[in-house]
Amino acid sequence: MALNSLEPLVGHNVSVVTADGRVIVGILKGYDQTVNMILAQSHERVYSSGAGVEKVQLGLYIIRGDNIAVIGEIDEEMDGEINLADIRAEPLNTVVH
Amino acid sequence: MPLFYSFFKSLVGKEVIVELKNDLCICGTLDSVDQYLNVKLNDISVPDPDKYPHMLSVRNCFIRGSVVRYVQLPAEEVDTVLLQDATRKEVAQGKQPQKSAS
Repeated sequence: MALNSLEPLVGHNVSVVTADGRVIVGILKGYDQTVNMILAQSHERVYSSGAGVEKVQLGLYIIRGDNIAVIGEIDEEMDGEINLADIRAEPLNTVVH
Repeated sequence: MPLFYSFFKSLVGKEVIVELKNDLCICGTLDSVDQYLNVKLNDISVPDPDKYPHMLSVRNCFIRGSVVRYVQLPAEEVDTVLLQDATRKEVAQGKQPQKSAS
């Protein structure tokens, strides 16, 4: 079961891509079967082509499952190697159903 | 068990490319699938990392079934004849023969 495979991620850093193309990173506190998510100490990573990635502190967030596209398990080692200030990219597109 | 759920279960462990409804493509090994056709991929890569660096620090990911547009499958792993038979069988079981309008 793919849903059950989220269980080991609880307590770990995850990167959530939302339907409107935002990327929110935080500690997964909980989820349910519609993939509503609770993220603690979260921040948004704002991608833009003109400047490096900007971090915006958000805090405790609940994201409704409908608005979630992808949940990525952050590999701390890979994340540490990336210099976000150097990354320039267009923000992700919105999900069009 | 729903047909496409069992179909995807038979592809666990295979390399697939999932195209999302936000145009992002994610390539990875199919780890698991559930009744909503949510999928979990391991060891992912994005074909165009310069355009989409958003997943660079992610190795394994969960994709919500509702945002999947296409799943590209390894052709040699799919028995299309079997799949066609199974879909026809399902339609035949699910539907009563249509009465012709007179």
